[in-house]
Amino acid sequence: MTTAIKDQVTERVISALVEFGEEPENVKPDSRFEELDIDSLDLVELAQVIEDEYGIEVTDADMDKIKTVQDAVDFVAERQS
Amino acid sequence: MSMGGGVARLRHQDQTGRAGARPRIPSSAAASEDPRIKPRTGCALVTGASRGIGAATARALAEDGWAVGVNYSRDRVGAESVVASIEEIGGRAIALGADVGAEEQADEMLASVAERLGPVLVLVNNAGVTSDGLSARLGDEAWNRVLEVNLTAAFRLTRGVLGPMMRERFGRIVNVSSVVGLRANPGQANYAAAKAGLIALTRTVAAEVGRRGITVNAVAPGLIETELTREITSNGADGLLGEIPARRSGSPEEVAACIRFLVSDEASYVNGAVLPVDGGMAA
Repeated sequence: MTTAIKDQVTERVISALVEFGEEPENVKPDSRFEELDIDSLDLVELAQVIEDEYGIEVTDADMDKIKTVQDAVDFVAERQS
Repeated sequence: MSMGGGVARLRHQDQTGRAGARPRIPSSAAASEDPRIKPRTGCALVTGASRGIGAATARALAEDGWAVGVNYSRDRVGAESVVASIEEIGGRAIALGADVGAEEQADEMLASVAERLGPVLVLVNNAGVTSDGLSARLGDEAWNRVLEVNLTAAFRLTRGVLGPMMRERFGRIVNVSSVVGLRANPGQANYAAAKAGLIALTRTVAAEVGRRGITVNAVAPGLIETELTREITSNGADGLLGEIPARRSGSPEEVAACIRFLVSDEASYVNGAVLPVDGGMAA
């Protein structure tokens, strides 16, 4: 996956978190969800965004491993390649 | 105090930028000839809507501008006449045949209604069956079938529509429970367990998704004049009516009016509630 595409995925994940109510300036690629105002329902919705927009199936076990914005981006990159 | 609603509205518009997703905004696709009916985006799905409470609810929601999926399991003619009566007043509806207790059929129905009418933003879990018997002799088959149609199907459909509702930051789910879920009625252990289960499901899901502009409520009808209860009312109705402060049975329209309210924008701050519609029977 090219850097440009990775950047686009990063942007999408951050915009999703902002949609969930997070302040944009708080969300960085290395932000841990537990430090942000992100809860389990938000993560369910993030999984749905990934499934719908990238055509990847996300299991509960996958979600358990995704703890940061970067984790989510890496997950999409890995599954798409 | 209007703070709650104001904050919710701001959040919706500022953070999602999808104010147009709110169903109040007219959509040209659902343009209606009748100006009394205000078209909305998305649709309402009412299960078990070929007659009784479901049919009355489908009509009431259509009057409020919702395109309605009219689900039926066997009574196709009944469902089609509900659709026709909605079209007569300038509304939009389609009949959807599916046994909601059968997972595959329910899934197919959800996909079909979303494709034809748009995302399901209103779900009324009304489909119900009874298979009465005293607990000492109530078989597994009667137990399982009643739980499957009345409770499990409602859960699966709820699960299926929450995604679209969360995306829209709007949703209304109304579960049709029963007075039997609130007070005992010998001979209906399976039905009562399912209807009480619906109340717990209602409250739990309400708490889970309330932040997304989705409300989940229940109505608990008492003795309502439908085909399901006609036998009761023609047989020992006198004794039963004595237990109802109103001293009469209710009509499907009286229940539909309450569901219509819970779906309306006016009920935006009602969540996880159980509204008895029973002439005071559970009071």
